[in-house]
Amino acid sequence: MKGHWEFSLRRFWTMVIKEFIQMRRDRVTFGMMIGIPLLQLVLFGFVINSDPKHLPAAVLLADRGPHGRTLLGAIRNSGYFDFVREARTEAEAQEMLARGEVQFVVSIPENFTRSLLRGDRPAVLVEADATDPAATGNAVGALRTLIDAALSNDLKGPLAFLAPTVGPVDLRIHAMYNPEAITQYNIVPGLMGVVLTMTMVMITALAITRERERGTMENLLAMPAHPAEVLVGKIVPYILVGYVQVSLILVVARALFHVPMAGSLPLLFAVSLVFIVANLAMGIMFSTVAANQLQAVQMAFFFFLPSMLLSGFMFPFRGMPQWAQAIGEVLPLTHFLRIVRGILLKGNGFPEVIRQLWQIAVFAAVALAIGIKRYRQTLD
Amino acid sequence: MADDLAIDVRGMTKRFGGRTAVDHVDLQVREGEICGFLGPNGSGKTTFIRMLCGLLQADEGSGTCLGRDVIQDSEAIKRQVGYMTQKFSFWEDLSIRENLDFVARMYFVKDRKEVVRESLDRLGLTKRKDQLAGQLSGGWKQRLALAACMIHRPKLLLLDEPTAGVDPRARREFWEEIHELAGQGLTFLITTHYMDEAERCHRLAFILNGKLLTHGRVDEVIEQGHLTTWSVSGPNLLNLAAQLRGRPGVEQAVAFGSVLHVSGSDPAALEQAVAPFRTREREWRQIESGLEDVFIHFMDASKGGGTP
Repeated sequence: MKGHWEFSLRRFWTMVIKEFIQMRRDRVTFGMMIGIPLLQLVLFGFVINSDPKHLPAAVLLADRGPHGRTLLGAIRNSGYFDFVREARTEAEAQEMLARGEVQFVVSIPENFTRSLLRGDRPAVLVEADATDPAATGNAVGALRTLIDAALSNDLKGPLAFLAPTVGPVDLRIHAMYNPEAITQYNIVPGLMGVVLTMTMVMITALAITRERERGTMENLLAMPAHPAEVLVGKIVPYILVGYVQVSLILVVARALFHVPMAGSLPLLFAVSLVFIVANLAMGIMFSTVAANQLQAVQMAFFFFLPSMLLSGFMFPFRGMPQWAQAIGEVLPLTHFLRIVRGILLKGNGFPEVIRQLWQIAVFAAVALAIGIKRYRQTLD
Repeated sequence: MADDLAIDVRGMTKRFGGRTAVDHVDLQVREGEICGFLGPNGSGKTTFIRMLCGLLQADEGSGTCLGRDVIQDSEAIKRQVGYMTQKFSFWEDLSIRENLDFVARMYFVKDRKEVVRESLDRLGLTKRKDQLAGQLSGGWKQRLALAACMIHRPKLLLLDEPTAGVDPRARREFWEEIHELAGQGLTFLITTHYMDEAERCHRLAFILNGKLLTHGRVDEVIEQGHLTTWSVSGPNLLNLAAQLRGRPGVEQAVAFGSVLHVSGSDPAALEQAVAPFRTREREWRQIESGLEDVFIHFMDASKGGGTP
């Protein structure tokens, strides 16, 4: 076939310079690379909440006694429920639920106070719209402990015998690393990986196809250029862009969301390099496979979706079926999420990080190898 | 073969799927020669050139380009060949200077900055060197492309329709420069659709449907056409052309301004066909066939042979 020759640092550097100039000229793309992280931070940081509170609830109050009021007050104070409506009849409450005006109906039955004082353990009915279990799950979970605790203040003195007895085991649940269960602490560091995946794969997926579509590929191929010089030359400028994004997200995470940073930031910056290169290599590989820019974008999305859904960013990794976890283990984002959350929230050091990092490195090497192999040196 | 051949290839063949784009083409071009490469659109000119500079792998064929094996040694050939693509293929989002600089760096040109500056001077683009290449007009783009593909001082230039869409003055200047460079020993293979340009080449190669139909100096090519041409002037030539076309012996009846050229490959049959129209008010003259007449004749002649 054709005579192969040495990789030349000079030609490689020439490619890097060219890519930098072109990147600088493409203001819109450049802006997007800063805009996407900001937009995602706002969307995911402020909008998405896996522990939703202030859910609209209605109350059906058939007993006006003091203990019913105490109970409602406690439920409201949990923060999960906002009592926005009061239903007069059972049918009206049902209708509100069906129309989606409220997500919960709390019914205090007739003679609640009297039954309670008599020790009859009156029923409190909470009806939840469970079409979105994630939205109501935590709220319902909070209810049980809340009701016991709420009445303990009322049931003192002569009424103390009515207070619930202490169970045989004192069960304490202690939420580690994020005791207040603040969603942002989990989401915002994860966003770093998501943003990098989204922009880095996309931008390099376009790199080769753009040359091909504009006809400049023919020119590049007619020059004595090694595939690795061209491909790596196209990757390097975007590593810098990746670091701008990482820094941006870290600043916003700290300033806006007060995400704790328990571990070493230099370590995080260092390991980010491997993840950035992995995504750029993936994009370059798509670029050598795609026939045009549209296909390249589609492929980037094809990679982005499983990365979002199966990496543990959107849904708890352990909650997925085995096969989905197996796919997730291949994706660089899965490992990077563990690394970022580990460093920022748990204060992990290098020994913990390297267990995830090598898997990203393997992914990067394979993707880049396929890319270089597939890079066509001819127009065939 | 003699070592003064810049291009010496035989049996070059390229197939795309079931279609044979270039079909066993032999071509020899001497050093310092300007070879015009002619043929209608889609005849395989570009494919042939791409095979020469290693952009496409030949399915069959052998030979040398600048003394290097055209199949095995395409990387070495690339370093000594300048290839100007049909479509502008430099970076429109780089400035003129940045484009030249990029190319010079890729070829490890010595005294790069000086060479780039000289090149800009010769182009007359020194003042506009920071303008983006994409903002140049068609003619300037062509000149930039030519300058860029010559910056590493190649020995062989493959120019694919270098003057398409360029105004006559710029075309003339372009050809003067080509001749000057050829005088210095550079070899050119130039594709063109313009007959006046073809006539300015030392040698011509005519390719049709991937096959080389004829190859030689301009007069040789015209000779090989074996065409007889009459020129007629007088009133109502349009009508006359319509009447002549389709008569046995008449292959072409084409208006050239105020005269009509009537050609055919059988002189006797042609004479018989035009005889009834040789009236007093028309002036008939037998002339030498032009290149264009010959080429159209070749194209028509090969139509029976399966032109799509």
